[in-house]
Amino acid sequence: MIDFSKYQKIVRDGLWHNNQAFVALLGLCPLLAVSNSVINSLGLGLATTMALIFSNVIVSLIRNHVATEIRLPVFVLIIASNVTVIELLMNAFFHDLHKILGIFIPLIVTNCAIIGRAEAFASKNPVDRALMDGLFVGLGFTFALVMLGALREAIGTGAVLNRADLMFGEIAKNWTLPVFSDYDGFLLAILPPGAFIGLGLLIAVKNLIDARAKTKALGKTAPVQTDSLHKSPMHES
Amino acid sequence: MRFPTAHAPYLAPVNSVNRIMLEVLVALIPGLAALVWQFGPGVLVQCMIALLAAQLGEAAMLSLRRRPIAPALRDYSAALTAVLLAVSLPPLAPWWLTAFGALFAIVIGKHLYGGLGYNPFNPAMVGYAVLLISFPQHMTAWLPPKELSGSALSFADAWNAIFTRTLPSDMTFDALTMATPLDTIKTQLGLNRLLDEIQAGGLFAGIGGRGWQWVNFGFLLGGLWMLKRGIIGWQIPVGFLGALFGISLIFFLIDPAVYPTPLFQCFSGAAMLGAFFIATDPVTASTTPRGRLIYGASIGLLVFVIRSWGGYPDGVAFAVLLLNLAAPTIDHYTRPRVYGHPK
Repeated sequence: MIDFSKYQKIVRDGLWHNNQAFVALLGLCPLLAVSNSVINSLGLGLATTMALIFSNVIVSLIRNHVATEIRLPVFVLIIASNVTVIELLMNAFFHDLHKILGIFIPLIVTNCAIIGRAEAFASKNPVDRALMDGLFVGLGFTFALVMLGALREAIGTGAVLNRADLMFGEIAKNWTLPVFSDYDGFLLAILPPGAFIGLGLLIAVKNLIDARAKTKALGKTAPVQTDSLHKSPMHES
Repeated sequence: MRFPTAHAPYLAPVNSVNRIMLEVLVALIPGLAALVWQFGPGVLVQCMIALLAAQLGEAAMLSLRRRPIAPALRDYSAALTAVLLAVSLPPLAPWWLTAFGALFAIVIGKHLYGGLGYNPFNPAMVGYAVLLISFPQHMTAWLPPKELSGSALSFADAWNAIFTRTLPSDMTFDALTMATPLDTIKTQLGLNRLLDEIQAGGLFAGIGGRGWQWVNFGFLLGGLWMLKRGIIGWQIPVGFLGALFGISLIFFLIDPAVYPTPLFQCFSGAAMLGAFFIATDPVTASTTPRGRLIYGASIGLLVFVIRSWGGYPDGVAFAVLLLNLAAPTIDHYTRPRVYGHPK
């Protein structure tokens, strides 16, 4: 059994505190472009996670053998090879999903989140930590994608998990969950503006949750009246 | 906060958000009256729904943002947004469409950017564009003008049509609705018909199409009154209509079989409403005198481009939104020279 406690910070940063989509705002191009349904989001999210894991592990393995001056081209080469392998795999096993995601799978190469983790984390940490970082940063990115995908699909079409069979095979044909009944559909949510507005709202929700947690923590440690912090004498007059 | 100064050489400023918004609303009356005359009292019902939704949205957002609610509800700015949106919608659009558009305009178009004075895009046009893109089947269902159909729905019929989607037993929505002149031109030209044949139809009489020309005359009248009162500058409307007229004239002279006359372009669709009421929004428009001319003219050009070669029959909303985006840049390059400073 692996001792997970030493990875706690990596897990928390990857999933929440440094979520690549909600906090670092990296990889927005694929995030905004394919997040029009849960299945598309999940497909691209998992592909990105795989790419992150492999590139992090390989970069970490060779971190002591690469001259700093040429490290970026080396990272790009590693990422590109990984993504090519993943793309071919998807083409073979999830052919229909591969057709829908199209150019955005090869474009994972240009996702700054991946080279960002390679440069900022994997090139400075041992393999096990790099692996965990790749996994949880990837899951965090997938989480953001799926949230946005679910939001857009639910508002846009009134149901989520349409076409789940693309990913889970024939048994998933009728997994579609209706959210609203008798719904006309709201096209804007599925079109590009829906992605921008949806992402903005999700980031706002995340910040709201963080702010709530912070005031709660403040209230526990210091029994100062929080009211007096917000009130400035200017407002009294 | 205003400090009324009464001493000799000064004139007390009489401009306030209240007064300007109220006068713009008053100036809308002729156009609104023409709309009601030609398209029935459904227009008024739409105004009511939009007003209610916009004021509710405004109050909800202000209370979420912990701002004082009462002054903002009394300054008519949300009301103006609501009416501008309502006059752009088809008169029998379902109530939820209008309410949603007004809420979207106020909540996302205005308050998420910081409220009155901070919104980069004209809120009414944000609401309109969202509705047009999302619900095209409802947004293109215009009624025939009274000049053509000879009768208009009664207030009760319009009310029922909007709230319960029911019509008097001898009518159906498909039979009742009709394409606008601009829409007709767009679809018929797409079928390779010539403009002469298209305009021989009963919808085209006068300069801007039956019914529609009166609406445009109404907005022109209100606009001229606002010009006289000094509420809007002359640069944006003149730039808008001048550019629209100019470029339509050029293309009309090149190929009158495909391009309608410049007068038709200026008196059809939302041309007058856009030139005097929408493009001149003081928050989102350009602010320098030269910049306003450029801003207005660019909108006019874009309206012609969208009408002639775009996917939509009219393009005022999209043109205004695009130029809203460009307004800060236009202002940057047209800043007036400060007296005494070198060029």
